[in-house]
Amino acid sequence: MFKTIAMVVGLGLALSAAAEAQTPRKGGTIRMTAPYGSSFTSMDIHTSPRAQDEIYAKALHRSLYIWNSAEGKPVLELAKEDIVSGGGLIHTFKLRDDVYFHNGRRMTADDIIWSYNRIIDGTKAYPGARFVRVVEGAAAVEKGQAKEISGLRKIDDFTLEMKLTEKVDPGFYFFNAITSIYPADEAAKEGFIQKPIGLGPFKFVEHVPGSRVVLERWEKFYKPGKPYADKLVISLMSEAAARDVAFRNKEIDTSVLGPAQYLAYQADPALKGTIVEVAEVFTRYMGMNPAFKPFADKRVRQAINHAIDADLIISKLVKGKAYRATSWLPLTSPAYDKTMKPYVFDPAKAKQLLADAGYPGGFEFEWTTSQNESWGLPIVEAIIPMLDRVGIKVKVKQVETAVLAEVIRKGEFQAYIYSQATGPDPQAALKCFHSATPQSACNYMSFKNADFDRMLDEAGQTDAPEKRIELLQKANALLQEEAPVWFFNYNKAVMAVQPWLKGIQLNATELTHQNVEDLWVDETSPAK
Amino acid sequence: MLSFLIRRILQTVPIVLAVVLVIFVLFSVVPGSIASTADDGRGPTDPQVVERMKKQLGLDDPVYIRFGKYIASLAQGDFGTSFRTREPVATMIAKRTWPTLQLIFAAIVFAIAIGVPLGFFAALRPGSIVDTVSMVIAVSGLSIAKFWLGLLLMYVFALKLGWMPSFGYGDGGLKYLILPAATLGVSPMALLARTTRAAVLEIMTADFVRTARSKGMSETKVVQWHVMRNALVLILTTIGLQFGALMGQAVVVEKLFSWPGIGSLLVDSVLQRDIPAVQGSILVVVLFFLAINTLIDVLYGVIDPRIRYT
Repeated sequence: MFKTIAMVVGLGLALSAAAEAQTPRKGGTIRMTAPYGSSFTSMDIHTSPRAQDEIYAKALHRSLYIWNSAEGKPVLELAKEDIVSGGGLIHTFKLRDDVYFHNGRRMTADDIIWSYNRIIDGTKAYPGARFVRVVEGAAAVEKGQAKEISGLRKIDDFTLEMKLTEKVDPGFYFFNAITSIYPADEAAKEGFIQKPIGLGPFKFVEHVPGSRVVLERWEKFYKPGKPYADKLVISLMSEAAARDVAFRNKEIDTSVLGPAQYLAYQADPALKGTIVEVAEVFTRYMGMNPAFKPFADKRVRQAINHAIDADLIISKLVKGKAYRATSWLPLTSPAYDKTMKPYVFDPAKAKQLLADAGYPGGFEFEWTTSQNESWGLPIVEAIIPMLDRVGIKVKVKQVETAVLAEVIRKGEFQAYIYSQATGPDPQAALKCFHSATPQSACNYMSFKNADFDRMLDEAGQTDAPEKRIELLQKANALLQEEAPVWFFNYNKAVMAVQPWLKGIQLNATELTHQNVEDLWVDETSPAK
Repeated sequence: MLSFLIRRILQTVPIVLAVVLVIFVLFSVVPGSIASTADDGRGPTDPQVVERMKKQLGLDDPVYIRFGKYIASLAQGDFGTSFRTREPVATMIAKRTWPTLQLIFAAIVFAIAIGVPLGFFAALRPGSIVDTVSMVIAVSGLSIAKFWLGLLLMYVFALKLGWMPSFGYGDGGLKYLILPAATLGVSPMALLARTTRAAVLEIMTADFVRTARSKGMSETKVVQWHVMRNALVLILTTIGLQFGALMGQAVVVEKLFSWPGIGSLLVDSVLQRDIPAVQGSILVVVLFFLAINTLIDVLYGVIDPRIRYT
């Protein structure tokens, strides 16, 4: 009896200690890093399409929705409720009435309307325009035919009606920081960008271009008790080796790891426990242009998928920092089909398919690539002998990453290797292969398949979520069969996180994009 | 003196114009534009936004029109507006100038403080162990890659010894400056050591030194009054050239140490095809180089009155 009581008490104490250990601590400084370049583009997040800039913007600003990593979907952030009507096209948002800008002014529907009108302004070419365009009347403003978006209507200060042009989940369109809500009057004034005001959990303190952004806790943030930390410092550190030293020296709390460091950290007992990883919604692939005759034949494209040992490349070259791709939609996509198997590495079958397609002796093609270590030249160089075994010769054309994007958009390639966002919205990701999507938009392979179009159109029309997922899975399977691309891998984002930093979210859209109000540091953090 | 200065300033005009032209033409012919960097793979590229961006930034205009507009703005002291940040380029550069100057001055002070004495002592005892060690240091300093050296210094002085931070600008204070400045300063230090040694060795065998010795002047005074002063002209020339070169070399160091200078601005601007920012940054580097060289020319006359401003 005593033994049982002792066990129960012991367990209770242990659980209580564990709960206490997990109770977020108030105060301290979080020190994150921005790894994708040596500067932030601008303190005006509406102007920047770069993932790097969203790192600070997630702390400073807020959008109508926010990405919930645990649920793997966007959820309402600045609104308490979304009432859908009009056949799924009209969304009436009941806005939170406790949201304050960093100057103390309360946010109203006017600020949202003003912000979306700013983003869609055709004379400014803001990247977020592609999201706002889903609102009725936005395209007219963009073209200069109207002054305000007709599909946005203020019902009262805290009720906003949004009419969409198609039946989509607006969450996927309005969760990125490039659609952040700015204070209408204040943001129009000159000098706003020098000291930006947002709705986020941290307010702006300073920006040292090329070095860091410093933010401090916003006391009137609308989530009670949050943020936990007093201060947030985001340092720009584009050199992986320098980040490594700084991380080991406990000068930074997070560090994005490349393939080589991933391997080194796994092998180091002191660092192994710091690794967090997530399958990001990026698919790495080789696109094949059907205008180049051999690639017009499905059997040739399938042959290429069979001829390349993707698993070997992932394990040896990418050091396991990727997941094998089965088709277009990534692992973390809600429409990913877990039963789907990737193309089998089978050179004999590849040879047979090539012979069936009329290329028994193979052919030669030009492969445009950047120098990226995970989806660029090193990968291409590893593949060349594999393709050579089935008779396909490769002529490499190396370009800068920025140039590659232009080459792809203009369709000036026979084949290219790239990493492309394939989520979080599976419908939007697959829409890139809809025949109505222009080549320059994202149908880079000029894919055209009536069955695929029909499935995607039906998925867009149906009100039943299960039916939609089923249709999208079928469309994804059809893509695998048609093989417009060589399906390489899905990115595994890896970050090292110091043991004192808690609350890291496994954000599949971009691991560095954290909802910083949920992060906290325990008392072992060396930062004051 | 004044006419010399005016002439030197006027000489810079064609140089600056040539640099502007070369940079402009270069970035007009290389593939890619700011519009192509609008896509970082996170979502479908929006061709409408790309087209509008090109129109708004004037990228659709013929090169000669763009060049004409740029020169007209430049003549009014306007460096243009950054394609990326949509800020005036002058403002962007102004924010970055002081950190770069801090870094370069610190690096050159480091180079002079170590390189010149090293070269002197090596020359005063040619063939000795001091000479050999000095020259090994000098050759190593010239050969070593800055990126690797920077990492090594970070590893030793930040990670192992914990004496200073491994990266960042902090408050701009000395402890943040030491590692990047030492990384940047090693190469000019090595060059100065070699130049000083060569200059001193040559002067030590000159007639006027032999005359001074034969007059009974002590060796210390010979070195102090005759050798050092004459060697200074060559040392100064090297310092001047290195000053300008360091502006360019700072790119690697600034990126490695997250130092917020013109170098890292230049790299990001090139990668994103932010042509006005690239032109502005390079122009500042060139102007700095020309200014330092003019200053060195003036100093020649101060050190050696035989040199006239002709």
